[in-house]
Amino acid sequence: MLNYLLRRFFSVILALWIVVTVTFVFMHIIPGGPFQREKALPPAIKANIEARYKLDQPLHAQYLDYLGHLVRGDLGPSFKYRGRSVNDIIKERFPVSAQLGATAILIALLVGVPAGILAALKQNKIPDYAVMFFSTIGIAMPSFVVGTTLMYFLAYKWGLLPAAMWGSYKHMIMPAIALAGLPMAFIARLTRSSMLDVLNQDYMKTAVAKGLPQMRVLWVHGVKNALIPVITYLGPLVAGVLTGSFIVENIFAVPGLGKHFVTSIYNRDYTVILGVTIFYCVLLILANLLVDLAYTLIDPRIKLGGRKELV
Amino acid sequence: MKKYALIIAALLAVAMLISGCGGGEQVTEEGMVVRYNVGTEPETLDPALMTGIPESTMLLQMYEGLTRLDADNNPQAAIAESWDVSEDGTEFTFHLREDVKWSNGDPITAHDFVFAWKRALDPELAGDYAYMLYLVEGAEAYNSGEGSVDDIAVTAEDDHTLKVKLVAGAPYFISLTAFPTYYPLHQATVEADNEGWALSVDTMVTNGPFKPVKWAEGTMEYVPNENYWDAGAVQIDRLVFTMVEDESTELTMFETGAIEMTHTLPGPEIPRLKTERPDELHIFPYLGTYYYIFNCEKAPLDDVNVRKALALAIDRQAIVENVTQGGQLPAYAFVPPGIADVAEGSDFREVGGEYITEDIAEAKRLLAEAGYPDGVGFPGFEILHNTSEMHKMIAEAILEMWEQNLGITGITITNQEWGVYLASRDEGAFDVARAGWIGDYVEPNTFLDMWVTGGGNNNSFWGDARYDQIISDLLLISDPAERLPLMHEAEDILMEAMPIMPIYYYTLPSLVSTKLKGYVQLTIGGVDFKNAYLAE
Repeated sequence: MLNYLLRRFFSVILALWIVVTVTFVFMHIIPGGPFQREKALPPAIKANIEARYKLDQPLHAQYLDYLGHLVRGDLGPSFKYRGRSVNDIIKERFPVSAQLGATAILIALLVGVPAGILAALKQNKIPDYAVMFFSTIGIAMPSFVVGTTLMYFLAYKWGLLPAAMWGSYKHMIMPAIALAGLPMAFIARLTRSSMLDVLNQDYMKTAVAKGLPQMRVLWVHGVKNALIPVITYLGPLVAGVLTGSFIVENIFAVPGLGKHFVTSIYNRDYTVILGVTIFYCVLLILANLLVDLAYTLIDPRIKLGGRKELV
Repeated sequence: MKKYALIIAALLAVAMLISGCGGGEQVTEEGMVVRYNVGTEPETLDPALMTGIPESTMLLQMYEGLTRLDADNNPQAAIAESWDVSEDGTEFTFHLREDVKWSNGDPITAHDFVFAWKRALDPELAGDYAYMLYLVEGAEAYNSGEGSVDDIAVTAEDDHTLKVKLVAGAPYFISLTAFPTYYPLHQATVEADNEGWALSVDTMVTNGPFKPVKWAEGTMEYVPNENYWDAGAVQIDRLVFTMVEDESTELTMFETGAIEMTHTLPGPEIPRLKTERPDELHIFPYLGTYYYIFNCEKAPLDDVNVRKALALAIDRQAIVENVTQGGQLPAYAFVPPGIADVAEGSDFREVGGEYITEDIAEAKRLLAEAGYPDGVGFPGFEILHNTSEMHKMIAEAILEMWEQNLGITGITITNQEWGVYLASRDEGAFDVARAGWIGDYVEPNTFLDMWVTGGGNNNSFWGDARYDQIISDLLLISDPAERLPLMHEAEDILMEAMPIMPIYYYTLPSLVSTKLKGYVQLTIGGVDFKNAYLAE
């Protein structure tokens, strides 16, 4: 086990190093720089700024300097938000995105999983068609359409919710639903198909034949196994949704981290580009690790020995 | 299905329950509250480092320089009560008000200005707008790392007298002292944390009509600064700036009563708003020009007749009416209206008149003179714009006008992401490029000095010796009666050579609650809420 974790740790470090290096190279390849303005700066001022942020040094020196700070957990100063470090920006904005994202994931799971189970149990009947219909729409409809539609009715037409901004749970409802739409639909479909798969398994029939109550068979043997693909999907989903969506945060003026994934590239804010990329990677790696751990908890084939109550 | 529907219904019910009444909250228990969308999170609130209009707007509420601009862009006495100017216009003596205080109660002295200006020029601080202070003797040398900080010609004669010596007599210097780079700073606060003091409302000591009390969750909140010298003029009890970037969201917020004023509007919505909200829709003037740059080093655009033919063959009125739709004004010259000329009440644009008379026959004649009768043999070129739906529509309209009116073909349109586009422009890797310019101060020269040969902003790569001479002469002339004719002459030369094609003068379309009065929308961008109030 220790061996496994160690090996995993080194592969993570290697992956992060590759990500940092590739991102560093690519962002310097794209034309333009962080201090290129529509109003050209006088050369002396540009020189001052470049000296201040060490952009006047050769690229390999900048790269080594960055790595040196990175191993100490220092993501450097933002070029655009003067006086702020990338660590500050993530610290300030990630909690907002994470709060919103966690709510969205919760909604997606609470609606998506039951809907998928229902569809599987009533295969080729009206509930199944309805779930499939809505989940197709959910997958096809981009979040900005969901978002603006919600805003039009709930805020503009009916005045039920504030149109945008952040601060109270009222502000969270519309962006959370907009963010939940796609994963909800995807989870419903995933649950349905894997549930159908499980329902046809021999062990389900065996369990029923043994006289176990129908509901118990369904939940303990059926749903638990059917959720494995959903959990696999949750890994990247959690990393993606918790770090925020540029589109949803933009529409609802949510002061989250999502914006920085996109605008940092427009701004050529090199340290922010690298910082948020690294942060996302770490989160993704952590989420996938949790998923791997969750498998061992949920898959009966791994825990056969411990299931005395089944015998 | 039932389960799905139930959950949705439950969610909606919860939404309705917790929302109570909608967005249109009248915040009465807090007194007079004005909410304005400033449009984005500020990059910095350090006056020495700021560059953009959102930042200058946020700073304007909480700081004040020696002067403050009024609705007509005229500098009014602010922290300075009066000033004397030497005969040659290069030496200024500002007399500060005796009773002025910082928001923490400390007195504001001339030393605070000396400290702030020298700090803004510190090459290690590396402020973008340090060059705004280059008029002060010794400033440029120090900022370029060549001179000493002690040679900057700004001194505090005593606590209430500030002396400044300029490199040349610039009559607009008094206006510049209203600009953020010229704000005084509270020395002890800044020195305690030179980089971080402007990041939190707890460490910002300010001297304007308002002081910040909250900066979080995408909003900035101000309350009146009781130590402000003119505190009696401030009527708002709470000023809230939201930082919403999406224009449609901003509009919805206004329409649901969540803000009293927008900072802009989505162009396509303006025709609807003209009929639905005529009393709230304002098209404010904005000191800026939207234009195309011709790369004068590339054929066929190196031929002045081709450039003129192109400039004469488009219908600017049709572009502003049918494409941009934001009340923009067709531009037949480069310097926009709204800048005073020599005579009292006159406008530089009116005095200078129009340079471009749209005339297809004349355009065809010029094109033939250039060797392309009826467009035959015209080699074509590419129009470059930064990625945006509006720029694309304008380019398509212009392309069609050129093809139809001149019979030329082979014109293509391409777009590049902002940073790539700026790099292409700087390197001259384009034929025709879209551009925009907003004045830094209210004088025609802010639109003219950029076109000197080899200038950092002169992406047309055009140059003219007489033009360069005029711009350098202007540095030494302070009398408006002498300056303005020279600037007209410079614009004559520019428009005769046509390295750029003006298209329209910018405007600032905005929605303002009919209750909101007393605010000042500045033509160089930004809104001053010092005297604003809500009328019943």
